[in-house]
Amino acid sequence: MPCILCITNMHSNLIISQADRRPMYLQLMEQIRRRVAVGDWQPGHELPSIRALAAETQVSVITIKRAYLELERAGVIVTRQGKGSFIADTVDLGASLKREELVEHLVAAARIADDLQMDRGEVLDQLGEALDQLTKETP
Amino acid sequence: MSSAAVRFDRVGKSYKYFQLTDLSFELVPGQIMGFVGPNGAGKSTTLRILMGLVQQDQGEVTLLGQPMPRQQALAKRDVGYVSEDMRLYSQMTLAWHMHFVASIYPGWDAQYANLLLKRFNLRPAQTIKSLSHGERSKATLLLALARRPKLLVLDEPTTGLDPVARHEILTELMDVLTDENRSILFSSHNTKDVEQISDVITFIDRGTVIDSSDKEVFLERWCRMRLEFPLGRDLPALPGAIDTAVSGRTAVLTTNAFTPELAAAYEHAGAHVQDVQRMTLEEIFVATVMHSRKERGQ
Repeated sequence: MPCILCITNMHSNLIISQADRRPMYLQLMEQIRRRVAVGDWQPGHELPSIRALAAETQVSVITIKRAYLELERAGVIVTRQGKGSFIADTVDLGASLKREELVEHLVAAARIADDLQMDRGEVLDQLGEALDQLTKETP
Repeated sequence: MSSAAVRFDRVGKSYKYFQLTDLSFELVPGQIMGFVGPNGAGKSTTLRILMGLVQQDQGEVTLLGQPMPRQQALAKRDVGYVSEDMRLYSQMTLAWHMHFVASIYPGWDAQYANLLLKRFNLRPAQTIKSLSHGERSKATLLLALARRPKLLVLDEPTTGLDPVARHEILTELMDVLTDENRSILFSSHNTKDVEQISDVITFIDRGTVIDSSDKEVFLERWCRMRLEFPLGRDLPALPGAIDTAVSGRTAVLTTNAFTPELAAAYEHAGAHVQDVQRMTLEEIFVATVMHSRKERGQ
């Protein structure tokens, strides 16, 4: 049965996985960034309170606090004393988050290329091939 | 009067074969503290002292601002204590127990009690002896929760429970904390539960506190670093290393004081930091216990 509450603000649908080796606060941050990146959470959207989200995800208050604090530092959310936390009004937040994500993936790819002892030319060729493949997929 | 929900200040208690020594820790309102220790570490004894069931030989204990055991009647009105040695009347029904507790505690919330009955899938007409272990645990917890106490003291609330029952109990505990004036102190040797829901963690071993800190601090400070160092050179000795296992040119170093600066210091000293791994609370717990025993020459 679909949960009616899920459509409203009551449930954030954020999930913490114990099998994920990353710290729980990082998992939360990533999911919130993604919500913003895909446009589910628009600027001004109100986030659940720290204690409500703790109860919902069954993760300690201190962990949620940490995630919100780091998101605030990164400029993704703003916290207004006594009012709550909201997605920041930054323009084009989705694109900038995606760019950040791209850099992360490139760094990871570079690390693997380094392990494989590939030279710069080879790596760039591979990237070119990947781009070519994408143009073929989307006519 | 202290504002802490629970405060232990250099508490000691001696038995013939066991003693608690110099036990100090504090729980502030609105937080969950996980009290973790191996079997026989003194967890239950500590909680019994807190509840005034055992009197300490030395030190001060305050419970919701009241000195224990002197003001126990006053303090315990707002405390829900659940432990294995709390026996329910096996011939009586759960409904009878609910009625009984409601008649003693004016704070009893009948609506919440009914909600918990549904969430825990318990039938009030059932006698206690006909309940399974998991159902009995949930029933005792219901009797404590529905009083809406300011502090819950739970001795091993999830021990011996299946994953579903554990999940149900953890969900209710987190729900209590939506009110920022309520606190929970629970003991466990299930580090997974503790890692998930605790704000503060206190490790106890052989009758004394060996570490107590914010969970996030624990998880951030404890790391395993894989280091590679040049042939013919020794691993640079830097502070913060709890354990080092060297094999050839690689070393695995366990530290409880990780900072990016520490990794940089190793790089500076000629070692190459291959990677930094986080540790689970269970690994941290075992490492802390082993380290403290070594330090104390045990």
